[in-house]
Amino acid sequence: MLRDRLHSQKQIRHQHRSRTRAMFHEQAAPSTRYIAIIGNPNAGKTALFNALTGLRQKVANYPGVTVEKKEGKVIFGDGSSATLLDLPGTYSLTAHSPDEKIATDVLFGKATHTPRPDFVVCVVDASNLERNLYLVSQIIDHRTPLIIALNMIDVAEKSGMAVNPQRLSDELGVHVVATVANKGIGVHELKEAMHAPVTASPKARQWSLPKLVKEECDELQTILQDAHHLSEADSFHEAIQLLTSSSVLNSHNDRYAPEVLEHVKKDHERLDSFGIDRQSVFVESRYEWIKHVCEVSRKIKQQAEETTSDKIDKVLTHKVFGFVFFIALMAMMFQAIFSWANTPMNWIGDGITALGAQITTVMQPGDLRDLIVNGALAGVGAVVTFLPQIFFLFLFLGMLEDTGYMARAAFIMDRMMSKVGLHGKSFIPMLSSFACAIPGIMATRTIESRKDRLVTMLVSPLVSCSARLPVYALMIAAFIPQQKVLGVFSLPGLTLVSMYLLGLAAALTFAWLFKKTLLKGETPAFIMELPPYKLPSFKSVIMHTWERSYLFLQRAGTFILGVSIVLWFLATYPKITNATPAEQLQQSFAGQAGHLIEPVIKPLGFNWKIGIGLIGSILQREVFVSTMGTIYNIKDAKTGMANLSLREKMHNDADPHTGMPTFTILTAICLMVYYVLAMQCMSTVAVMHRETNGWKWPLFQIAYMTLLAYTGTFIVYRIGLLLMT
Amino acid sequence: MNVLSLNHLTVGEKGTVQNITNASSQIRQRLLEMGLTKGTTIEVVRFAPMGDPMEIAIRGYRLSLRRLEAESVFVQKEMQ
Repeated sequence: MLRDRLHSQKQIRHQHRSRTRAMFHEQAAPSTRYIAIIGNPNAGKTALFNALTGLRQKVANYPGVTVEKKEGKVIFGDGSSATLLDLPGTYSLTAHSPDEKIATDVLFGKATHTPRPDFVVCVVDASNLERNLYLVSQIIDHRTPLIIALNMIDVAEKSGMAVNPQRLSDELGVHVVATVANKGIGVHELKEAMHAPVTASPKARQWSLPKLVKEECDELQTILQDAHHLSEADSFHEAIQLLTSSSVLNSHNDRYAPEVLEHVKKDHERLDSFGIDRQSVFVESRYEWIKHVCEVSRKIKQQAEETTSDKIDKVLTHKVFGFVFFIALMAMMFQAIFSWANTPMNWIGDGITALGAQITTVMQPGDLRDLIVNGALAGVGAVVTFLPQIFFLFLFLGMLEDTGYMARAAFIMDRMMSKVGLHGKSFIPMLSSFACAIPGIMATRTIESRKDRLVTMLVSPLVSCSARLPVYALMIAAFIPQQKVLGVFSLPGLTLVSMYLLGLAAALTFAWLFKKTLLKGETPAFIMELPPYKLPSFKSVIMHTWERSYLFLQRAGTFILGVSIVLWFLATYPKITNATPAEQLQQSFAGQAGHLIEPVIKPLGFNWKIGIGLIGSILQREVFVSTMGTIYNIKDAKTGMANLSLREKMHNDADPHTGMPTFTILTAICLMVYYVLAMQCMSTVAVMHRETNGWKWPLFQIAYMTLLAYTGTFIVYRIGLLLMT
Repeated sequence: MNVLSLNHLTVGEKGTVQNITNASSQIRQRLLEMGLTKGTTIEVVRFAPMGDPMEIAIRGYRLSLRRLEAESVFVQKEMQ
């Protein structure tokens, strides 16, 4: 909807523009300016972006990478507008992660997918001036036209620091506007500054290098400018990179001309022989200058002995209370996802049923009606039902992120996650997957390392999600006897817990395995800022939640719709006249496929009836329950859990020739194990496709999980058979 | 001189950064850019509940890093 609106706005503007152009005899209309927002993580970049653009935003992906591209429109006082790009947060222009590389590439005009911005707004956290100015200094040296939004001046004031925007502006040679983005303070002034012409700072390279290093750097710059036709600014950036990095000479490198590399080699030797640390000298010299800028423009009134954040952290990262709080918070989050979301989920479910009934009465009976009601609506509806869960999850995650607790959660859990080679930040996505792998996979966006993010995405669907619960519930209720174990635990309860534990164990094992093999890489460095706590901004959290929910709905309307129609077709055709629904399903393509795969699933103890169930639930797991309902001619088997008749029928079902029961306790357990480990969820595949920008990883995921499920179930079945005889 | 690895400081102790060794060039670059340059004062604020990672105060902000990375940061311990 939002996108449509943006689109139609664009069309109107476009029409308007071409009309004006025609009137003024093809006089070129001023093209809208392209502005980028850049800044350190936690500097309030997103809050400022929201304050500047309001709801006029759209989200897409940068081509080829899993980094999100967010653009919006800023409308100025005179009605003119500009496009604003929210670049990923970065600490420096030496890119360490794909996110940071995007920011750098766009800034340098190296990105093919995004135009070079006309100027950038750099968001600087006033309460964390020194480190934030490091990036500013790099941008200034790059001669990029720049405005500084000196953000969070209120936080700085509170911790006893007064930053003088005018002084800072004099030192840096750029316009500085003081802002408190989440309260909307200074946004108007910032807009005015953005509307006026913006130029690059005349004060580039104010920091001084040791004489020897400066000589080499200047010389290399000249060579680079000659050999690669680089600008002064670009050559400076490249020269620093070349002098800093040792690996540039080790590997074969055709990015640079041989004479450049030759020179770099000599430079390295010379500087090394003087005992100069080539890597730290540039960073140190820059920070030296920053120290001076801070001294001039910042007054430290009194340094608070203990900040509010410290007081909070004393409890929240405490050895005992920290864990108690963390577990309580997670419990509450799950409560929200499982129970609070239940009511709105029922509303949506009822709404879809009502809509289906409405269509049924209005339309003539026939294939088209069947397609709409039982194919499209049922398939899309089943996915849309998850919207409340997605909403609550992202509401919580947004709040945790916005308050600063998310970083603490990673801090607390890192030790555990590092055991399987992952980062503390992988914990929340895996935990979210207990509700649903889709938000879990979407929550991996906070992980910087591409490999770690992939590993987390690959294993998240192994964690038992809520869609498996109906399958477990049906199987356990029908086949696991109500017995007490050790006098306290009930056997059905224990079985359920075992299934959840099996999923978790599989996820952690495979995370470890992938980190060791396929996505090999050292345990990622855990160098993470712990930002001060702050009250969450209601607006930001809601916008974030809406954005996620919207993306989810969009997918349901496209990919899921297509798959639903295909599956409906397979379960409906070829048509047989005067058949019961059960007969119809058996004779359909899906039913035939069930028979066809019987030899394959026989070693797992499954017959063709279960085969139909497996095929029918490729879209989503819980469909298994309703497919069983159709096979056993149960009209209303939607919930399954409480459906006594379905359970009894399944229990009593036997092979007409051999008299062997279709289901035994062992079959039930095997079936559950299969569902623990198998993918069986097209929504997850769709979200993987979106998040990884291609089919390679989702296909790999389906392959490895299916193989795992097959092998796992086979082993359980064989062991079970041995134990029984 | 009292030079030791950052991970050997206890909570509340301060030190000034001397150099960073034995870290990969990428991690070293990151640590430097996050402000762990020579002469910068660091204070150990706390360790995570399970003993790792650690939290330090540096240049007016808080940074967490694992003991493994802290091991390569050499500091001169400040006497109190």
